Amino acid sequence: MNNNIVIHAHDLTKKFGNFTAVDHISFEVGTGEIFGFLGANGAGKTTAMRMLCGLSHPTSGEASVAGYNVYKQQEQIKKNIGYMSQKFSLYEDLTIVENIQFYGGIYGVKPKEIKERTQILLKKLNIENQAKSLVGSLPLGWKQKLAFSVAIFHEPKIVFLDEPTSGVDPITRRQFWELIYEAGNQGITVFVTTHYMDEAEYCNRISLMVDGKIAAMDTPANLKQQHSADNMGDVFYALARGAKRSE
Amino acid sequence: MNTIEVKDINKSYEKGKVTALKNVSFNVGKGELFGLIGPDGAGKTTIFRLLTTLLIPDSGEAKVLGYDIVKDYKQIRNLVGYMPGKFSLYADLTIEENLNFFATLFGTTIEENYHLIKDIYEQIAPFKKRRAGKLSGGMKQKLALCCALIHKPEVLFLDEPTTGIDPVSRVELWDMLQKLKTEGITILASTPYMDEAVRCDRVALIQEGEILNIDTPDNITGQFNKKLYAIKAGNMYALLKALKQYPETDNSYAFGEYAHVIVNGDVENLKSFLEKQGISGIEVRNTLPTIEDTFIAESYKP
Repeated sequence: MNNNIVIHAHDLTKKFGNFTAVDHISFEVGTGEIFGFLGANGAGKTTAMRMLCGLSHPTSGEASVAGYNVYKQQEQIKKNIGYMSQKFSLYEDLTIVENIQFYGGIYGVKPKEIKERTQILLKKLNIENQAKSLVGSLPLGWKQKLAFSVAIFHEPKIVFLDEPTSGVDPITRRQFWELIYEAGNQGITVFVTTHYMDEAEYCNRISLMVDGKIAAMDTPANLKQQHSADNMGDVFYALARGAKRSE
Repeated sequence: MNTIEVKDINKSYEKGKVTALKNVSFNVGKGELFGLIGPDGAGKTTIFRLLTTLLIPDSGEAKVLGYDIVKDYKQIRNLVGYMPGKFSLYADLTIEENLNFFATLFGTTIEENYHLIKDIYEQIAPFKKRRAGKLSGGMKQKLALCCALIHKPEVLFLDEPTTGIDPVSRVELWDMLQKLKTEGITILASTPYMDEAVRCDRVALIQEGEILNIDTPDNITGQFNKKLYAIKAGNMYALLKALKQYPETDNSYAFGEYAHVIVNGDVENLKSFLEKQGISGIEVRNTLPTIEDTFIAESYKP
C-alpha cells in the first residue's frame, strides 16, 4: 500500500437540529486500502458515508474525497466514486447487459469501451449465458457480485459499499470478498460497512463508530490485541456495548 | 405432541416455475428454540408464511399446536405471534399506538402481558411518541417483537429478527429469546447469520428450498468428518489464491483472519508448496469446524 491519501476527513460533523449525528470524526484512507467502517445501528455511519459521497453537506469540519472538496465539489466526487448497497444496486426490470450499459453510459464510459469491458465482465463472473436475463430473476448473491462489478465499471478511485453482503450465502459472500480484494489490488480504495464480524477481519483497517464518534481505528490484529479479544466480534462488543444511543 | 409438525411440504410460485420448498419436514417440540439457518432465497420466509396460515402448500401437511394449517387457520392465528422479515407495522402510528393496537386486536392490554416485553420495550420506551415509520432498523425490529408478543402467544415465529441489526443488539435479542423460552413459549426463528445457530436448541440448515441437515448445533459440527486447518499469512489475498492452486486442496475459503482449508495428504506438503509460491508469514494450526464450515461443506458443489 502506498501513502496516497484518497479520503481525508478532519473534524467532520453533521448536526440535525440539536442532534449531532456525526461528531468531529477524523481519518485518512489510502489508495487501494480496504477500509472497514463499522458501528452500531444509529452510530452515524450512514450520515458520514452520505457526506463522503457528496450527498449531504457537513455542518462543520473538512473532508476531501478523491481530491475533491465535500462542500464545493460534490459533482466531481460523484463522478469519481462507485456506490452499492444491499437495498439499491441494479434495475430488476433490465437485463444484465442493459444494466451494465446503463451504468456505463451514466458515468460517461465510451460506447466502444462499454462493449469491450462488458464482455470481460461477463466472462469474469461466469454469466455469459445469462447476459440477457432480467436482473430480478437472479439469486441475491449473483446480483450483489454483479452490482459490485457495475459499481467499479467506470474505474472509480473509491468504491463505497453499504452492507453489500447482508443475507448472502456463505460461499457467495466469500466470492464477493475475492472481488473486493481484487479491486484493492488494482488500486481501487474500498470503503465498506458490514455487520458480519468475520468480514471485518478481511479489512486492512477498521474504524468503529460509537455515538457519532470514532471510538477506535486500527488494523484488526492491533484492535484485537488492544482489547485482548480473540475476534472482532468481541472487540465490537467491548467498544459498542456502552453506546448511549442504541439507535 | 410436537408444537410444530411439518411433513413433506412442497411449495412453488408462479404456476410452478419457481420452486420454493422441496419435501420439507421437521418437528419442533414445546418450549424449543428452533432455528432455520440459511441465506436469502433459501425458502425460510415461505416456511413462516405457511405455518402462520398465510399460504397454502402445493402438497404435504403441517400442524401448529395440533391444528392443521389449512383447515384450522382461525385457531392458529389466535395462538401464534408472527414477526415478518419485512417491517409490517403501521408507519403512521407511534410506537405506543402500534402496541396498543395489537393488544386490543387480541383482546388483551399492554399491562396484562407487560412482563413479557419489558426488557425490550424499555429500550424503545423513550421514543414511544415517535411514529413507527421514523424509527431506525433496530428499533423497528424491537417494536415488531413487542407487537408479536403482547398477546402472550404459545408459538412465536420470527423471520430474520436480527437482519440489519448490529452485533451488540443481536446478542441482546438472542438473550431475550432464551428468556422467553423459560416462559414456555415455543420459538421458530430464522437467520442468515450462521454464528447465531449456536444460540438455538436445534437448527435446520436450509439452502435452495431443501433442508440440508437438522440437529443440535453441536451434533451438526460433530458430523464434520474432515480435518480442518486454519492458515494465516502476511498477504491474505495471495494466500487464498495459492490455496486454490494447490492440487491436493479439497476446499479452501476465507474465515475471518484465517483461511480454512481441507486438504488431502500431509499438511506439511501444503506448507512447503505455499512457501515456494512466495507466501510469507505462514501459520498453520488445527481448528474445529463451526456451523458455517458445515454449511459450506454441505452446500459446496465442486
